[in-house]
Amino acid sequence: MPRANTREKEAYRKLSIKASPPRSVLRNAVVAFLVGGAICLVGQIVLSWISSTGIGRVQALSRTQTIMVFLGAFFTGLGLYDKLGGVAGMGAAIPITGFANSIVSPAMEFKREGFVLGVSARMFQVAGPVIVYSFIASLLVSSAALILAR
Amino acid sequence: MKFSRQGNSTVVFPVMPVVRSSACVVGPREGKGPLREGFDLIHEDTLAGRTSWEKAESLMLRQSLDIALAKAGLDETQIDFLLAGDLLNQIISANFMAREFDVPFIGLYGACSTMAEGLIIASMLVAGGFARNAALAVSSHHDTAERQYRYPTEFAYMRTPTSQWTVTAACSTVIGVTGDGPWIEGVTAGRVQDNGVTDANDMGSAMAPAFADTVWRHLQDMSRKPEDYDLILSGDLGKIGSLLARELLRKKGVDIEDRHRDAGLLIYEDRPEIGAGGSGCACSAAVFSAMVVPSMRRGELKRVLFVATGALHSPITCQQGESIPSIAHAVSLVWRSEEVKP
Repeated sequence: MPRANTREKEAYRKLSIKASPPRSVLRNAVVAFLVGGAICLVGQIVLSWISSTGIGRVQALSRTQTIMVFLGAFFTGLGLYDKLGGVAGMGAAIPITGFANSIVSPAMEFKREGFVLGVSARMFQVAGPVIVYSFIASLLVSSAALILAR
Repeated sequence: MKFSRQGNSTVVFPVMPVVRSSACVVGPREGKGPLREGFDLIHEDTLAGRTSWEKAESLMLRQSLDIALAKAGLDETQIDFLLAGDLLNQIISANFMAREFDVPFIGLYGACSTMAEGLIIASMLVAGGFARNAALAVSSHHDTAERQYRYPTEFAYMRTPTSQWTVTAACSTVIGVTGDGPWIEGVTAGRVQDNGVTDANDMGSAMAPAFADTVWRHLQDMSRKPEDYDLILSGDLGKIGSLLARELLRKKGVDIEDRHRDAGLLIYEDRPEIGAGGSGCACSAAVFSAMVVPSMRRGELKRVLFVATGALHSPITCQQGESIPSIAHAVSLVWRSEEVKP
């Protein structure tokens, strides 16, 4: 039979797992922690530096975010951020610099298909789901907060 | 009518078609790999001086065909069929290349098995007396494949250790009646196999059963043992797929351990970003052109079983949760010394 039945599939799945190299979870976690932490450290340094000019916390936070998004986009443009992501995985993806990468990388990729159907249509290919679900999550959390605060 | 068949599913040629020439044009990473000496043209940049990767891939395909024709001393008027394929939707690299050649064209899609699929059809066209010469061209390109199958190339994500690196290359070969060789003695077309692998980042596991099935059927049909071949070359099973394929064949009582090599493991140095090995139409084709044909011509390999494997999925089928059907086609090549040449 060219198409395996459920029992054969299960046996093959076991065989395949046995043949596959173990994923080095510990190593990956340590690298992700160090790289993610280093990015956050840069963010903290920027924040402290801006705060020291005395412009107030809210202003300082939004400027820090802007700078970090710029840095993520900048290093994506230089072709370096994907290499960092290749080594650090979620350590590079979760900070806001990774969010910038997820938007800039498709924008760069699809520039050749034009600015309307390429860049702008595809820009949120990766970030789209993040935005949708974070919007839903914030809606749920704020609704809960509203109800509980009564 | 007399049929040129042996066993259940193998075609044998009473008059063997000849590999007249082969040529391979590669990208920078392949050009730094272990087979660099065997390539005809190495591009320093994956864009190959074009404005898009798709254009670069099509250009490389055209260049490889030009070189193969020149090596065989033929011009396009002497080619009766042009067969070509690649990995992109609507096989655009092949179709766009074909508009540059004034030759009847047949487009092929067999995913990464296209080289062997093409060799089967080309050798049957020649052996059947339907073509004086048939040219075959296949290509794949890391960046065009990444954006179609996975993520934008600059997107920061971690590749899994089972994932494979698509080879950036284009290879062409001319099959005819006379020439330098090697000769194609027989071919076994594969059956589509599906063992329920759903992970598109583990194509080695998906393709191993197809490879094992085709090799087993070929050996049965030809009444041969793995030892009858100097090399059994799989297309792009990678590390994991190779282990699985050997294990599946061992369960059927066939031990290919000594004879088996995988093109995906021959084309690159072992580096973490490569993952389990190279893949793509041009993976098996590049090894065919840069290693198999020259080694046979030097007499180092007398008989080779070339088995290119393909995963027949698309991003849409994977997102819908479908498992990955796969295929493997086998081509048996022989080198005959001067005395027995026809």
